[in-house]
Amino acid sequence: MQFVVNGQPRVADVEEDMPLLWVLRDELGVTGVKFGCGVAQCGACTVHVGGVPVRSCQMRAGDVNGDITTIEGLGTPEHLHHVQEAWIEHQVAQCGYCQSGQIMQAAALLTRTSNPSDAEIDAVMSANLCRCGTYPRIRAAVRSAAQKLRGA
Amino acid sequence: MASTGKIARRGFMLGSAALAGGVAFGVYRVQVPYANPLISDLQDNEASFNPWVIVTPQQITLITPHGDKGQGVASAQAMLIAEEMDLDMGQFEIDFGKPDKAYWNRALGEDGAPVLPTDDSFGAEAQRTVFSSLFKMLGMQITGGSSSIPDSFVKLREAGAVARETLKAAAAKQTGIAVDRLSTQSGAVIFPDGTRIPYTELAGTAADIAPVVDVALRTPSEWRLIGKPVQRLDIVAKSTGTLDYGIDVQIAGMKHATVICNPRKGGVMNAFDASAAQQMRGVDAVLEVTGGIAVVADNTWRAMQAAMAVQVDWGPAPYPAEQAQHWAEMEASFTKDRLDKVWRDDGDVDDALSGVDAITAQYRSPYVAHQPLEPLNAVIRVSEDQVDVWTGHQMPRFLQQQVAQITGHDSDQVIFHNQFMGGSFGHRLEFDHIKRCAEIAVNMPGVPIKLTYSREEDFAQDFPRHPGVARAKGVVKDGHVHAIDLHWAAPSIVASQFGRIGMSLPGPDNQIAAGAWNNSYRIPHYRMTGYRVPELAPVSSWRAVGAPSGGFFFDTFLDELIHRAGADPMDERIRLMEHDVSRKVLKEVADMSSWGGDLPDGSARGVAFVESFGVPVAMVVEVSTPNGAIKIDKAWIAADVGTVIDPVNFENLVQGGVVFGLGHAINSEITYSDGMAEQSNYYDGDGLRLYQTPEIFVRGLENGEKICGIGEPPVPVAAPALGNAIFAATGTRLREMPFNKFVDFL
Ligand code: FES
Ligand code: FES
Repeated sequence: MQFVVNGQPRVADVEEDMPLLWVLRDELGVTGVKFGCGVAQCGACTVHVGGVPVRSCQMRAGDVNGDITTIEGLGTPEHLHHVQEAWIEHQVAQCGYCQSGQIMQAAALLTRTSNPSDAEIDAVMSANLCRCGTYPRIRAAVRSAAQKLRGA
Repeated sequence: MASTGKIARRGFMLGSAALAGGVAFGVYRVQVPYANPLISDLQDNEASFNPWVIVTPQQITLITPHGDKGQGVASAQAMLIAEEMDLDMGQFEIDFGKPDKAYWNRALGEDGAPVLPTDDSFGAEAQRTVFSSLFKMLGMQITGGSSSIPDSFVKLREAGAVARETLKAAAAKQTGIAVDRLSTQSGAVIFPDGTRIPYTELAGTAADIAPVVDVALRTPSEWRLIGKPVQRLDIVAKSTGTLDYGIDVQIAGMKHATVICNPRKGGVMNAFDASAAQQMRGVDAVLEVTGGIAVVADNTWRAMQAAMAVQVDWGPAPYPAEQAQHWAEMEASFTKDRLDKVWRDDGDVDDALSGVDAITAQYRSPYVAHQPLEPLNAVIRVSEDQVDVWTGHQMPRFLQQQVAQITGHDSDQVIFHNQFMGGSFGHRLEFDHIKRCAEIAVNMPGVPIKLTYSREEDFAQDFPRHPGVARAKGVVKDGHVHAIDLHWAAPSIVASQFGRIGMSLPGPDNQIAAGAWNNSYRIPHYRMTGYRVPELAPVSSWRAVGAPSGGFFFDTFLDELIHRAGADPMDERIRLMEHDVSRKVLKEVADMSSWGGDLPDGSARGVAFVESFGVPVAMVVEVSTPNGAIKIDKAWIAADVGTVIDPVNFENLVQGGVVFGLGHAINSEITYSDGMAEQSNYYDGDGLRLYQTPEIFVRGLENGEKICGIGEPPVPVAAPALGNAIFAATGTRLREMPFNKFVDFL
């Protein structure tokens, strides 16, 4: 099967029903995307497919219908995305395991609406679990990222 | 290594029996530092002055042996060394190092002594010394008990100072300029004329001289890093998906595995049929492991699919099958023969209670799962004379022993590569997943095996926090709290957890007292008694261990009495508080929250105070009740840790602790039915979500004399603060967690 991951064409010999999460992690070695629950409860596995945030543990490989962007493709330590910049400024991460998913979710939200209300932030970001409890900083970082994006 | 291992297996004592029994070792031996484990790996022109610093011509490496589960301690340890060594953040690499006795935990041992943290008498100090010496003799390298910072605070600064002075001596030797004319800055020795020689260029000379050990530490006013906002070293990697956790480790030739073990934990497997699983795509092997089966495949998902296709006949649980039986056992344990210890007995409680109509209440605290977001995992490769283990763990030397026992190697042939952890909350103090992985790997020599648990398996095999039941009697008099008699029955967490690695707890378990006895209230009559329930389901340390239960019991009952006395919850706590540092914490939170001021219509507040791990913590919660459901609007929390190392990380950890504590108080428990946990994934108890999270205002105070950690102390205070606020708002008194069994939350 053929995929485009972070702009690169990739090939994987996998079943139609293998979740995209495991294609990325175990077949293609893209490990920035995380396994947390496997049942759409935590959001650690969030990636963009065709620009839309999806839970990669729930998307069958055979149903992938667009280019895939993972945290590694959003920005790099040398070229940070605005959302990542905000995440670093607010020092959001504790263990950091949820943060790939949080950042991908936030980036998708800000692409759709550059000036989300607090209620929108709460609604969209609440599907992403953070066991370390970094929610207050996630809220603040999303607001800063929105400001940065509007200024850019 | 071998002799320490033997001592460890014979019996490790946390309780006061260690004192009674006498611990036999000479003073001299205790004071001799362990040899520097880094020396043997050095090449020519590479220098190491102590177990924490390596300087080579290429780079400076700081060893940060405490495991990082998200608390930021890799960064904090490095910062302490860098402070004295005159390094800037980013001028060095960090490494968790290899397991070694030299990294024994100096603070955790002291915390095991059965004395109040506020007790600085000679007797209390002597007990702490004995416990600490025991940890040293055993070479206990452990990350836990919020002890990393207290353990590291002096010794890592000393390590940095020794490195700095030795590098200066090397520079003096190399140039002939007197050492007292040299200074250091940003990773270089500075000469009188302003010339700089980077430390890396001094490595060769430094390697040839004895470390300068007579060093003085800088005063707080000279600190460049400590107490200042510093960017955590892992923050960029964690914000860009470039940090590898244990679950991300990839080794050439690696196979992927998963396990399914008896969900009735510790029960046997009677029989299994893997014929269908063996035919599935990508499956290499289906193996029997202790209590279950393992599937090895070429992809984790394929392994998990095949594991579910194995038909298994499980044996019964080695503990009562139904949750109601667990509660009944606890309720039947308030007896003389199950008395663990009377932890506190101020005044004359029996006299105060006799002939009065005492106020009574019963409380319960459930089993709770850890469930960090990174599921349990490990990579192990077994070779003839070496075993490599890649995972994140909090007890490296015990891990070596556990693996060696399975593979038949010596402990020091087990090479442990510690990894950043995607959370723990106590989960990664356990060894079952490591042992299962070793069992698989020993069957497939030379093949690196990555074991990953499904979230369901992680829930099923989790050793939850010990549950407990408390019974309280109290008296109020003249508008004040007059007497408290609190009895708490629980299975011993310490006996259960350390029993699994062959250690015993001969004395009482202070985690059936934590949070309920170790405060500094001067209540005229105050008794706290612990009862040991025989082991039910196996249990383990969960963030803050006993204090989230004990603090909930004690502080909630105190609040009940204060309301009955007609006193103000804040004023009465402050009035009763004898310890100046603790009283200031209460006053601070009153001040931050403008306690007593006007509140929005329909809002109400509660306050709680719990001390754990030597840290007094006070918290105010404000709730409202739109449409009858509880909404948590705001929280204020103050804690005194003596010295705040990193104010940004401090705030993050305290906020996170509040979220963790509130979430579990509201919606998390483990219950058993047919011997199995009834909860299997986050939909059965996910803690707090972002929309439920209040604004959280944090203040760190520095009045305490001793430096303390902050990973756990913010947790215990959250449940009673919330419960007390809910009482103030609704009149409903919550005496059992999780609260969502009794009231609705937004
Ligand atoms: S792993 Fe996909 S939502 Fe949790
Ligand atoms: S930072 Fe640990 S789960 Fe979010």
